[in-house]
This record gives sequence, structure tokens and C-alpha cells, in this order.
Amino acid sequence: MLRDAVRVLADEQIARRAAEIDKTAEFPWDVKELLASHDILGLPFPTQYGGLGGELLTICLAIEQISRVCATSGLILAVQELGALPLLLAGSDEQKERWLPDLAAGRTLIAFALTEAEAGSDASATRTRARRDGDDWVIDGSKRFISQGSVADLITVFAVTTDDSDVPRHKRLTCFIVEKDTAGFGVERIEHKMGIRGSPTAELSFRGARVPDSHRVGAEGDGFRIAMRTLDRSRPGIAAQAVGIAQGALEVAAAYANERKQFGKPIAEFQMIAAMLADMDAAIEAARQLLYKACTEIESGAADAARWSAMCKLVAGDTAMRVTTDAVQVLGGYGYIDEFPVERMMRDAKITQLYEGTQQIQRLVIARALVPK
Amino acid sequence: MQIVVLVKPVPDPAAGGERLGADGRLDRAATPAVVNANDEYALEAALKLVEAHGGEVTIVSMAPSNGPETMRKALAMGAHRGIHVTDDALAGSDHVSTARVLAAALKDLEYDLVLAGADTSDGLAGVVPAGVAALLRLPYLSYAAKIEPDTDAGRVRVRRISPTGYDVLEAPMPALVVCTQALGEPRYPSLKGIMAARSKEIAAKALSDIGVDAASVGGAVATTKVLGSTAPPPRAATRVVREPPDVAAREVVEFLAQRRIV
Repeated sequence: MLRDAVRVLADEQIARRAAEIDKTAEFPWDVKELLASHDILGLPFPTQYGGLGGELLTICLAIEQISRVCATSGLILAVQELGALPLLLAGSDEQKERWLPDLAAGRTLIAFALTEAEAGSDASATRTRARRDGDDWVIDGSKRFISQGSVADLITVFAVTTDDSDVPRHKRLTCFIVEKDTAGFGVERIEHKMGIRGSPTAELSFRGARVPDSHRVGAEGDGFRIAMRTLDRSRPGIAAQAVGIAQGALEVAAAYANERKQFGKPIAEFQMIAAMLADMDAAIEAARQLLYKACTEIESGAADAARWSAMCKLVAGDTAMRVTTDAVQVLGGYGYIDEFPVERMMRDAKITQLYEGTQQIQRLVIARALVPK
Repeated sequence: MQIVVLVKPVPDPAAGGERLGADGRLDRAATPAVVNANDEYALEAALKLVEAHGGEVTIVSMAPSNGPETMRKALAMGAHRGIHVTDDALAGSDHVSTARVLAAALKDLEYDLVLAGADTSDGLAGVVPAGVAALLRLPYLSYAAKIEPDTDAGRVRVRRISPTGYDVLEAPMPALVVCTQALGEPRYPSLKGIMAARSKEIAAKALSDIGVDAASVGGAVATTKVLGSTAPPPRAATRVVREPPDVAAREVVEFLAQRRIV
């Protein structure tokens, strides 16, 4: 029922904006307002903070349906969840009281800043530092490829808080919330991207950005663990985005193949096209079912949550890339021009193989459980 | 005020293809269901009334075991709780049985109004609400286009659609009102409503819980019998008139007159 409600909203109000969002590469504030006014941005938040208390599966169903028509719009919900997860997982009651109600209502947006120019897949190589100064922390460094970093009101930042080389690398990070108007915080630039063009990807700088200790999320040195637990829960959101993109592309391809006539009949009646459509449908369903299973496993606190989350992102991302590429093929020359949405979907699909851990990192995570240390 | 809305799960017209059992009756368990459209109008009217006057809305459905799936949608629109009368002995029930069962289910409830849709998209008889009112000796106000309760006086005033305009009816509450689409479009469930509906109570009641003898209802005592069923014939060729309005009107009237329809 919830899936159908989001689907209707996506079809009726978001789909027609998708091409323009891609073309202008401007953040769709109107879509963000729409998602907020329908409480969709409230899905990841507990009811006591004004959210809807949606389970992971529910959140993913919503991301999937929105991404089916517009991957950038689906990402708004995925990033709101991603950025807020450290607070949800490790925040104090006071911190939750302070920030979650506005996030749940969609009055504010939040971004997740872990990646750096030299610390991508290897998050433990983070260089951004936070130095204790009285009751405050002073943050210096820069973060790169931060989704919605330039439109967010709050940034969840991970910084090194120890100089002690005896401390293991994965225990040197601490998580902080930085508000956008903090002195010393700035947006250096916005990347020009191949896909998800309406979602601004920012380089953020911290030059002596001072935050009180009350902005520290979780214990000192707990940042890496918080980041990894966050990704365990957020990767299914990206898998949902990928499944949605793929489903959208299949629907366009199938409709086109039934209408487009060559040699006197719809091309869908040619076996080579029909087989492509069948393979696309089967692959999407397989990825979707793995995603749903992963959601329920992770929600129930499975010990191998990292494995489930990596598997669903891996399979869904690869499926989205393959299906959208095939959708362009089904449309032929028309698939390659922006008159039809499949070229956009193909460009959008690529990011799902890259962010929140590349596909290679997903395989690393999955293999870790198979290869005894 | 307390309002009960009678809600029937009916085959989903969008799903296509109803499954008929060996007895020619609909296999409800095997057919995807939705809330009967006219009942949604009744529920919308009920929700508007409690928004204006305070109170709660209870939905009552007689349905097979999959009934709650459909009832959740009514709860997502804003109804507060559901009562689901379900019993194997109810299979094959006719309108008389249905009215008897719903009346029995209402006996244990406190309410000011019972609202029902004008008819159902599967049964189409439109007699169950009247039957319920008769069995419970409730005032029966049909085809309402407007419902105005006066909670202090304990009375309700209804505008009933008549062939020539409106009749204004007034009755003491509790009363049963049959609703029409003139009361206003049903709302879409909000996400908040959908999430809240998950934890709302749907109380399952068997016939023994509502004091109905299983032998008095169901297919064995049905007063109607399905003799057979056939799909409607495919639509014949359609003639489309594309002339300007004055010419088209004349052509249409002529076409109807030839067939003695006008």
C-alpha cells in the first residue's frame, strides 16, 4: 500500500521533472518539498521525533519507486537516511531531540562526509583532523564527493582525533555534526557529473571549524565503527535506487518495443528483442528479491548484516548497469538521444556501482566472511 | 460521535479476471480485493463527520480470512479500528445472511450512526443496508447527499437525492445512512495514515462471537442461487460521430430514435 502510494506520487508529480533536473543539474528543491509534505523524508525516523518509523524495507520500497522515475529524487531520501544514521545509531537522546525532528519533517537536510580525496575505499586513511580545544573541537581538512554536501543544513563528518600511532587505524576516527553556518566550514566546489546530475556532489572544506563537544556523535575513536554500521544499513538504499532505475528502464524499453514497428511488426515480437526484455525482467526481480531479503535480515539484527548489505548493492548495481545499457540497445538510436529517458537512466545507473563502496569493496566485504583470517 | 461504516472487500477491477468457484460463486480468497468504491465514499463522509464533531470511526467487514488486507486501506484513510467477521460457515451467504450477520456484529457496538455505500460493485443488489436497518429497527435514511448530525439533540438530518431534487429527512440517532458520491471524493491515504494503519486493531469475530447460529446463514439457506455465469459478449463495433456539435447531436438522436430508445 505504501509502495503504491509512493509510486502514484512519483508517476504523477516527479516523473515529469526528471529530464529537466538532469539537464539543468540543479537540486530539485520542489521535489524535496514534495517528499517532505508527504512525510516521505520522515520514513527513516522514529515516530517520537515526528518520523514515520519505517523499517529498512519500507524505506527501500520508497527509494525504489521514486528512483524508477528519477534517480536524483530517490537519492534525496537515501542521503537523508545515510546522513542521519550515525545520529540514529549512536546519537545521544539530547542530540536526537535537537536535530531529528527537523530532519524527519524535511525542514533540514543532512549529508554524510566520510570520503576524502586520498581516502575513498580506504576510509581509515582519513586525514581530516579534529583537535580538542577546551570544551570544543576544531576541525581541519577537506572531504570530497559528498552527496548533497552543498544543500545540507547539517554535515556528519568523520575526523581523526588522535596522534597516538599505537592506536589502530580503525580506532582513530570520531564522528561530529557540523552545522552549515559554522565559521570555517565551506563548500569548495560542485563536481560536474555523468549522472544523478541534480544531486550536488560537493567538496567541503573545514578550516578551523569549531564545534562544541555536544556535537560529537558516539565516543571518541568510535567513528570508524559508526561509519561501517551506517553503511551496512544505507547500502540497501543504494541497491533500492539501482533496482528502481533498472525497473524504470525496463518499463520504457518494453513500452517502446511494443510500439516501434520494423519489418511490419512491433520489434517486441522479434525473439532477439523479446529475449532481452525477458532477461532484464528476470535480472531485476532477482536483484529486488535479494534486496528485500537483505532488508529483513539487516532489520532483524543479523550478525552478517555487512554481507547482506554488500551483496544486495553489488547485485543491484550491476543489474542496473546491464539493464539500462540493454534498454538503450532496445531503443536503438532513439535510446542514445535525450528524447527518451533511457540514456539518462544508463548514466544514472553507473553511480550505483561506485558510491557507498565500489563494487570491488562490496566483493571484499562479502569475501571476508568466506576467507578465514 | 461514534460512527460505524460497513466496508466490503470486492474484486479489484484493476486486477482483472474474477475467479469463480465450482458453485458459480466468486472465489473471494483467490481474487485480489479492494475496498468497495461506494463504501469509500461512506468512509470519507464518516471521517469528515468525526473531524467536525469529534469521535471515532469503526469499520465492520464480513469477509474471508484475507479481509484484513483490504480493511487496512480503510484504516489507512483514517478509520480508527476494524471488526472482521469471518467464519467458514459464511461461504455462499446471500444478502439476507449478510444483513443478519452485520446486524449481529453491530449489536455489541455503541454508535450514533451507521454509514453504508449505496451498493457494492460485485453484488449490486443494494439491499444489505436496508436489511441491517430493518433488523436493528434503526431509522433508514437512504441516498444521502448531505449528513448533518445534531449531537446535542441526538438527531440527524439528511438530504436525500430524489428524482426531482432533494428530500430533507430527519431522524433520531442512532440511525443508518446510505451514502452517495455526492458526499465528496474519498481521500488518498497519506503515508502517515498507511504507517499508522499497521498497528490499528482489527478484531476477528466468528459467528459464535456475535451470537449467530451457523445454520442460519451461508450457502445452504441462501434464498438466491447461481444458475450459471457467462462473460458478457464482446462489444460490437463502435460508431464514433465526429461531426460538429449541432450535426452530431442530430445524428445521435436519430440513431437512438431508430432503436426506439428515445
